[in-house]
Amino acid sequence: MTPFDLAGLLTFWSRRWDDILELMVEHLVVVLISLAIAMVIGVIVGMLTWNKPIPAAIVIAAAGVALTIPSLALLALLIRPFGLGWTSTVIALTFYSLLPIVRNTIVGLREVPPSVLESAMGMGMGPIKRMMSIQLPIAWPIILTGVRVAAQLTIGIAAIAAYVAGPGLGTLIFNGLSSLGSKNALNFALTGTLCVIILALVVDAAFVQITRLTTSRGLRA
Amino acid sequence: MPESTDTALTQIASRTDGARIVLDRVSKVYPGQDAPAVEEFSMVAEPGELIMFVGPSGCGKTTTMKMINRIIEPSSGSITIDGRDILSLDPSELRRHIGYVIQQIGLFPHMTIAENIAVVPKLLGWSKQRTAERIDELLQTVQLDPGTFAHRYPRQLSGGQQQRVGVARALAANPPVMLMDEPFGATDPITREKLQAEFLRLQESIGKTIIFVTHDFDEAIKLGDRIAVLSERSQIEQFDTPAAILAEPANAYVRSFIGHGAALKRLALIPVETAVLGAASAAVDHHRIATDDSLRDALDLLIVTGAPAIGVVDRSGSLVGSLTVERISTALGADATALAATRSDEGRPA
Repeated sequence: MTPFDLAGLLTFWSRRWDDILELMVEHLVVVLISLAIAMVIGVIVGMLTWNKPIPAAIVIAAAGVALTIPSLALLALLIRPFGLGWTSTVIALTFYSLLPIVRNTIVGLREVPPSVLESAMGMGMGPIKRMMSIQLPIAWPIILTGVRVAAQLTIGIAAIAAYVAGPGLGTLIFNGLSSLGSKNALNFALTGTLCVIILALVVDAAFVQITRLTTSRGLRA
Repeated sequence: MPESTDTALTQIASRTDGARIVLDRVSKVYPGQDAPAVEEFSMVAEPGELIMFVGPSGCGKTTTMKMINRIIEPSSGSITIDGRDILSLDPSELRRHIGYVIQQIGLFPHMTIAENIAVVPKLLGWSKQRTAERIDELLQTVQLDPGTFAHRYPRQLSGGQQQRVGVARALAANPPVMLMDEPFGATDPITREKLQAEFLRLQESIGKTIIFVTHDFDEAIKLGDRIAVLSERSQIEQFDTPAAILAEPANAYVRSFIGHGAALKRLALIPVETAVLGAASAAVDHHRIATDDSLRDALDLLIVTGAPAIGVVDRSGSLVGSLTVERISTALGADATALAATRSDEGRPA
């Protein structure tokens, strides 16, 4: 094992900072794309099932089971139909994002007080209008919390996507692991890991802001 | 030829000072239940009338009311508003012309007070300016300062204030009909009394046809033009004015609902000025009652003070006569005789 060399790490960074930055952006982009797709699917599935106990239970259970599949195994399975690279990565990350988003959408929609729904109905709002202008806005902070959890989850899992030649910081980590014993092995792995953590923190902070900005003041406790 | 939904709705909507509601043999049977929740309910509410549905929990009074705006669909029978069969109209469009207030209020927590009130005007496509003017007007009507409250959120208001907004929101598009489901039921007694008094004053000026559900008989007496006392399956045990129900309960069920003190409750409905007053000189003490107070207030004052007679003053404050317990009792008897007389008049074939 090579001893840790801080000066070496700093040199490594100064030489490769543009590569590192590019990988970070890639990592972020692949996570955001996956989250966006998962959000569309998850919110629609949640909207269709929240008031139907059996379908809702099935959807949540299915998404829960999906989450237990080891990411490496899922990625390996995806190589066959979708090949190496972005597509497989995005599909896998979307898959893992679904559970928190669907579950929180269902929970959020269920928490809208029945009296609010009844008065919306009594005032002449049809089902679609009720969903779009009453239920979704009230459930919004809870749905966003689901997306935030999904973001944390996928930022971690995305690092493994390098295994299927996917984009992002996993490349650094895998580089390090495959060149164990070489001078820069530790620097690669350490940089990749640190950047994943920093990205996770930044994204989480961003979600706090987004939640604050997009939630009605009337809903804030 | 059936007219279009639009024509019918326009007609209903134009009756802003109250429309006639007719329920004809309306029943509701829930699937899987043997007994109907509401059975063959028939009633006519005249334009501008405030009708109270009183009955114990689970008697079907709320179900009956909710069939009028089709939150619950009737199983059979017909309902018309201003002669229009509402079961043939689009439910959502119909509801925009029927004010709806529920006990839990159901304000939209993510909207400001102004936005809450603007919901129905927006659905009806009102201009921004017209909506804004209406919001101001309504907030003043329910005694909330528009400058202070328009941009607050529901959670920043007290229960009583929220219920006022609930009433304002229901009145937003000036609907001819209002349905109110125990609107003051969840407020504390002091707030409730205040809201009731404000509501009575409001109804005097707007004159909507109102169906008001309550389980509180005293509230029914206080507010209603007519009261329908309902029992199981929403059967009408008696449908009459508060005074007539108190004077002549139709049966033991209605009597049990009135409870004790029927005479006192009746006195509360009779203004002092209807009694035959004694000489002003009989009021030797300084205890005074106004002509537009009720005989119950007068009796209360007599008992509290122990005076044999109290003075009656008119609006300008000058002494116009006196009242004693005997005179109050006589007035109560005369009231019952008058009621009986109108009753036999109505019974006589034309």
